[in-house]
Amino acid sequence: MALPGIAIPDQAAAPKLQVTNLGVVFQGNDKTIAALDNINLEISDGEFVCLVGPSGCGKSTLLNAMGGFLSPTSGSVSIDGELVSGPDSRRILVFQEHGVFPWLTVEGNIGFGLAKLSRSERAQRIAHYVELVQLQGFERSYPSDLSGGMKQRLQVARALAVNPDVLFLDEPFGALDSITRVMMRGELLRIWQAERRTILCVTHDIDEAVQLADRVVVLSSRPARIQNVLTIDIPHPRNISSPRYLTLRDELLKMIGLAYEI
Amino acid sequence: MRFPVWLRPVLFILALLALWEIAIDLHPGQLMPGPVAAFAAIGELLQHGLLLKHVVASLFRVTWGFLLACVTAIPLGLVLGWYRRGERAFNPLVQLFRPISPLAWIPIAILWFGIGDLSSIFLIFVGSFFPLLVTAISAVHNIPEVYINAGRNFGLSSVDFFVRVIYPAVVPQLLVGMRITLGIAWLVVVAAEMIAVNSGLGFLIVDARNAGNRYDLVVAGMIVIGVIGLLLDLGMRALERVKSFQWTNQEN
Ligand SMILES: Nc1ncnc2c1ncn2[C@@H]1O[C@H](COP(=O)(O)OP(=O)(O)O)[C@@H](O)[C@H]1O
Ligand SMILES: [Mg+2]
Repeated sequence: MALPGIAIPDQAAAPKLQVTNLGVVFQGNDKTIAALDNINLEISDGEFVCLVGPSGCGKSTLLNAMGGFLSPTSGSVSIDGELVSGPDSRRILVFQEHGVFPWLTVEGNIGFGLAKLSRSERAQRIAHYVELVQLQGFERSYPSDLSGGMKQRLQVARALAVNPDVLFLDEPFGALDSITRVMMRGELLRIWQAERRTILCVTHDIDEAVQLADRVVVLSSRPARIQNVLTIDIPHPRNISSPRYLTLRDELLKMIGLAYEI
Repeated sequence: MRFPVWLRPVLFILALLALWEIAIDLHPGQLMPGPVAAFAAIGELLQHGLLLKHVVASLFRVTWGFLLACVTAIPLGLVLGWYRRGERAFNPLVQLFRPISPLAWIPIAILWFGIGDLSSIFLIFVGSFFPLLVTAISAVHNIPEVYINAGRNFGLSSVDFFVRVIYPAVVPQLLVGMRITLGIAWLVVVAAEMIAVNSGLGFLIVDARNAGNRYDLVVAGMIVIGVIGLLLDLGMRALERVKSFQWTNQEN
C-alpha cells in the first residue's frame, strides 16, 4: 500500500522499485536502534528521486536496505517485481568519498565490474564512460592524482559502466567544496539525461534536491518515516530564479523545518 | 656550500670511520681492530671467494625461510582476518607462540633437521611466520569499510572478492610488515648460522673467533651483515613506492 501523496505519476506502469512496509532495527549489545519505520515508496523507471532528512535519521540505512547490503527487519524491497536479497551489479551504491579503488587507475576502476566482457567490449565501455564523465587524458592516472570532484565522477562512471537498473547515491557530493558541488550537480543531470537510469540520491543540500529531482522524499528524524513527498514539476533546464522554483524550494524548506541540519 | 642530501650521511660515516681509526691507532693495546684492518679483511675474504660464498649461503636461507613464511602466513592471516570467528579460535595459539624467540627453537630445529640449511630455513620461517600472520590479520581489519562496500556492489564471488578487493587493499600494510619481518629474518639467520650450520655470515663470525681470534674478520663480517641488511631494507622500501602499492600514503 502506497502512502497518499507518493503515488507515481504514471499509474499504469509497474514501479521500477517498490519498498513495502520496510523496517530496520539494529541490535546492539545492550540496546536496539530502530533506524527505519514502515517505509513505503514506489519509484518509476528513469525517475530521479532525492532523499532528505536530518543527519543520523536512517538515510544511508534506507539506501543500504534498498541495495541489498543489509537485510530488513521487516518488509521488503523489490526491483522489477523481484525481491532484493543481496548486493548485485544491477544496482550500485555510490559513496560520499573514498569509494574508488586507490590501487587501480581510472581505467581499472571503470572496468572493475566488467570482468565478464571481452577485452574489446570492455575497452569500448571504458572509453565511453571516460568520455561521459569527462576524464579524458586521465585514463592511466591513479585516484591519488585526481581532485575530489574527479574521483566522484569516476565513482559514478564505474557504477554506470555495469549498466545498473538503479543507482543509489549516498551524499555523493557531500565532501566537495561548494563550487565543485554545483558543477557536479550539472554533470550528474547531464549524465542522467544521457543515460536515463533510475536514481535515488541522498543529499543534505536543498538546492541540489530541487534542481535535480523529479520528487523529493522528506524523512523524519530517527526512526526514519516518510514525512512528505514533494513533486518538482519543472522541466529541465530549471531556472533557479523562476517563481515556481522558488515556491517549491520554500515549500521543501518548510517541510524540513528549522529543526533539521541542512 | 650545499651538499646533496645523500652526501651528508656518507660524509658522517666517513668521519666516524676516521675517528675510529685514529682512536685505535692511539691505543695500540687494541680492544678491537680498526676500520682499515676490517676493510683489509673484507678484501682478503673477497680474494679467496669466501665472502661471496658466505653471503650467498645466508641470503639463500633467508630467501627460502622468508618466502615460505610469506606464502603460508599471509594467505592464512587474510582469511583469519576476514572470517573473524576463525581468528577468535586461532588467536590464543598465535599469542602463545609469538613471544617465543626464534632462537628458542634452535634445539628443536637441530633435532628435526640436523645441522644444515634446513635448520636455518626452519628457524627463519618460524621467526617470520608470526609477525607476518599478525600483520596480515590486522591489515584486513584496517581495510576502510568503504572499499569493502564498494567491492560488494559488483556481486563478486568470494574468491574474486579476495583477489580483487581484499588483497590489493592490504598490500601497502603487508609491504611494511614484510619489510620489518625481513629485518627480523636477517637477524635470525646470523644467529642460526652461529650454531646450526657451517657456512654463512654468522658462521664466518664465530669461526673467525674460534680459529685464531681473527677479530678483523669478525668486524668484517659485521660490516657486511649491516650493509646487506640495509640493502634489503632499501629494496623493500622501493617496492613500497610502486604506484599501485603506495596508495595509503595519500588517501584517508
Ligand atoms: N550497522 C549499524 N549498527 C548499529 N547502528 C547503526 C548501524 N548503522 C547505522 N546505525 C545507526 O542507525 C542510525 C541511522 O544511521 P544512518 O542510516 O547512517 O543515518 P544517515 O545516513 O541518515 O545519517 C544512526 O543512529 C546510526 O548510529
Ligand atoms: Mg548517511
